[in-house]
Amino acid sequence: MGLLSRKVTCNSHGQDSSYFLGWQEYEKNPYDEVKNPKGIIQMGLAENQLCFDLLESWLAKNPDAVSFKREEQSIFKELALFQDYHGLPAFKKALVDFMAEIRGNKVSFDTDHLVLTAGATSANETLMFCLAEKGDAILLPTPYYPGFDRDLKWRTGAAIVPIQCSSSNGFQITESALEAAYQEAQRKNLRVKGVLVTNPSNPLGTTMSRNELDLLVNFVTDKEIHLISDEIYSGTVFSSPAFVSIMEVLKDRKLENTQVWERVHVVYSLSKDLGLPGFRVGAIYSNDPIVVAAATKMSSFGLVSSQTQYLLSAMLSDKKFTKEYISKNHKRLQKRQNKLVSGLEKAGISCLESNAGLFCWVDMRHLLSSNTFEAEMELWKRIVYDVKLNISPGSSCHCTEPGWFRVCFANMSEDTLKLAMQRLKSFVSSITIDNQTHQDLKNMRKKNRTKWVFRLSFQSFHDREQGER
Amino acid sequence: MAIEIEKPSSVRLSKVAISKTHGEDSPYFAGWKAYDENPYDEIHNQSGVIQMGLAENQVSFDLLEKYLEEHHEVSSWGKGAPGFRENALFQDYHGLKSFRQAMANFMEQIRGGKAKFDPDRIVLTAGATAANELLTFILADPGDALLVPTPYYPGFDRDLRWRTGVKIVPIHCNSSNNFQITPEALEAAYQSAESMDLKVRGILITNPSNPLGSTIQSSVLNDILDFAVHKNIHLVSDEIYSGSTFSPSEFVSIAEILRNRNYKDAERVHIVYSLSKDLGLPGFRVGTIYSYNDDVVTTARRMSSFTLISSQTQHLLACMLSNHEFTQNYIKTNRERLNKRYDMIIQGLKKAGIECLKGNAGLFCWMNLSPLLNEPTRQGELELWNIILNQVKLNISPGSSCHCSEPGWFRVCFANMSEQTLRVALQRIHKFMEQRKVCSVNQ
Repeated sequence: MGLLSRKVTCNSHGQDSSYFLGWQEYEKNPYDEVKNPKGIIQMGLAENQLCFDLLESWLAKNPDAVSFKREEQSIFKELALFQDYHGLPAFKKALVDFMAEIRGNKVSFDTDHLVLTAGATSANETLMFCLAEKGDAILLPTPYYPGFDRDLKWRTGAAIVPIQCSSSNGFQITESALEAAYQEAQRKNLRVKGVLVTNPSNPLGTTMSRNELDLLVNFVTDKEIHLISDEIYSGTVFSSPAFVSIMEVLKDRKLENTQVWERVHVVYSLSKDLGLPGFRVGAIYSNDPIVVAAATKMSSFGLVSSQTQYLLSAMLSDKKFTKEYISKNHKRLQKRQNKLVSGLEKAGISCLESNAGLFCWVDMRHLLSSNTFEAEMELWKRIVYDVKLNISPGSSCHCTEPGWFRVCFANMSEDTLKLAMQRLKSFVSSITIDNQTHQDLKNMRKKNRTKWVFRLSFQSFHDREQGER
Repeated sequence: MAIEIEKPSSVRLSKVAISKTHGEDSPYFAGWKAYDENPYDEIHNQSGVIQMGLAENQVSFDLLEKYLEEHHEVSSWGKGAPGFRENALFQDYHGLKSFRQAMANFMEQIRGGKAKFDPDRIVLTAGATAANELLTFILADPGDALLVPTPYYPGFDRDLRWRTGVKIVPIHCNSSNNFQITPEALEAAYQSAESMDLKVRGILITNPSNPLGSTIQSSVLNDILDFAVHKNIHLVSDEIYSGSTFSPSEFVSIAEILRNRNYKDAERVHIVYSLSKDLGLPGFRVGTIYSYNDDVVTTARRMSSFTLISSQTQHLLACMLSNHEFTQNYIKTNRERLNKRYDMIIQGLKKAGIECLKGNAGLFCWMNLSPLLNEPTRQGELELWNIILNQVKLNISPGSSCHCSEPGWFRVCFANMSEQTLRVALQRIHKFMEQRKVCSVNQ
């Protein structure tokens, strides 16, 4: 048979990483309050399930938005035929207003600079196609969202060079780390095209400080490269410090109409803030008209369904609704995060202090048998198979320090979270009490691990990628 | 690929971003501009440009609207929105099982049950545009070539080449045999690619053809498949117009050919489908790849992450296409109406003294205006096209934009307007042809 392209056989889709393997285990034995109370609790899924009631009540009050009607008139035909890659004007307007509202209206966005894409996954890849190609590199601070390996590198041929961040300063980006990453790329003969940051951060759950943002602006100005700010979690900032968007920094520093202005691009999506990952709504915001023009044409490969654009234009145009939603979303996320943090505390586990996101960055270094990634994998397996919690190991996020895990809190009920914390507490107690047994088990597992890893590499999986973030 | 340095910042963009391979600077798009600036309207702008360059199917909306009126719940998740949460969270790249099942059934119905489709081989993408690009990424590496018969849909230049870096080598077809693909033409294209040092990875055919508006014959499909087997390359069959064949018996899908061969050599065959043409829903972005190759299915699925279909839309269409009564009636009625439109335009053009290629499918006809050319060249064709656009005020697509090797052919759409508007267009053509007769008599 004829060969397939190199893209098929390479591993850049990243689906063999442990991050996705934990999913598979969950799929085989998923927790259910009633039907499977001993199953694996999914804590590796960054979904926002806390505000569906608000969306549902809005839908009940606004039936026209889904029945293809505008002021009692049928607009079905108009929507069915609408495939203009410039997007539904009413939707774009509602979206930029929403983005501004999330940023406390400290900045405003122009619909002419906005490109709609089928999700942020598509937005990030499209931006990469516009900014980089084979031989180029993008710098990303670690730890980062595992999906980036696929989104930024797979079909574009570009490379990622990590900006190493460490727990010594709360994983913040430093000037020396930026410089070191840049040098590393040069050493590898890669042309650095830009820096991509996620703010608020996945997996850290923290907003970037103004100092870090200033550092970034200085760095990309100095190196004359691009800056992509993935702000898909901007609506999940539930406590101080307040979210500062890169656009705000540029505005405050009066950098509009300078060269760096046109090299800053923002990515947004409704998958996290609004809890609608299935609807595939993403956007690229750029001040470079060439990027906007190219990305707009490229969006042909991933347009947002006009049916969905229409529904969301109606919803996001309802300012009373958006105000209430944003506020309640914050409150509920904060409450839920507190529950996770205090639950972990009771188990003697601390996490990085966070003010955003749908997850916490949890410190389990003290539970490792050794300060190695092997030990992290061992611990992770125990947590998946014995404690029956699917959490994401830091190594899958390219963290340089073993022992950190991302644990999601917004994709389950409060009771389920409680149960998860109880399980974790029991687990930690059992480790503390029974160290010797643990050592024996560890030795036994070491023998079995090689077999397990071998089996996983060569088995063909039923892969499912549900809301990887 | 010309690279233009426009200003300092664009030096830092990728070659893909600044290339012209998206094709949107071709003269063909000028027609769109003329239409946008002066669009015909039955009431408000009767002297405007009539859009006949848009292959949209507007003849069967009433059937869709009626279905939606009678089935409110499919667009609103029912009272209290019980399925809303699950639907809103659903981003599994396998796609909604019920939707894949419904698509498989629909595709089978279109083919009169002469082919069977396994829902687990269906990969969903946001439109056929995405499906074609995705398949190209999977089947070919940058610098490789796909063979495509001319004339072909202008969008392929962007869809197959732009971001993939893959090249198109044309399989030249001409009017001497109604633009059918011949084994000689296939071989010539292959040799041409070889002489340019290009590795051929596959053939992409559109069946029914855009812009020809005709189905590919069974014998030709067999020849093409044999050729693909002989050269050990892939075969992609873009069948997005399959439901727009005027008579169901006249369309033979590559799936049928494979079935007749007991699926031998199937792993090199991939079918693209979409609901944009048959169902008239281009805005909903519904495309699929159907592959008989497991590796292609797996990889395509993973890649579809970049182009998933909104779960809201999957839900709506799963319900609609699972309704057997609806789909049977729709497919039948749609065919009849398209046939009627086709007859109308053919008769109208004939009365004006214009011949078309004998068509049996699609939303357009392939019109022969070569007798009218000042000179039998691309330039002559563009001049004529300009006259038709600016004087007759009809936006039609010149064959050169479809890479047709013979000048003078034009694609004319007939399903994207009301019958009344079509009549007006035909009247204008008639008048134009009359005037030309008068002019030539007076010379």
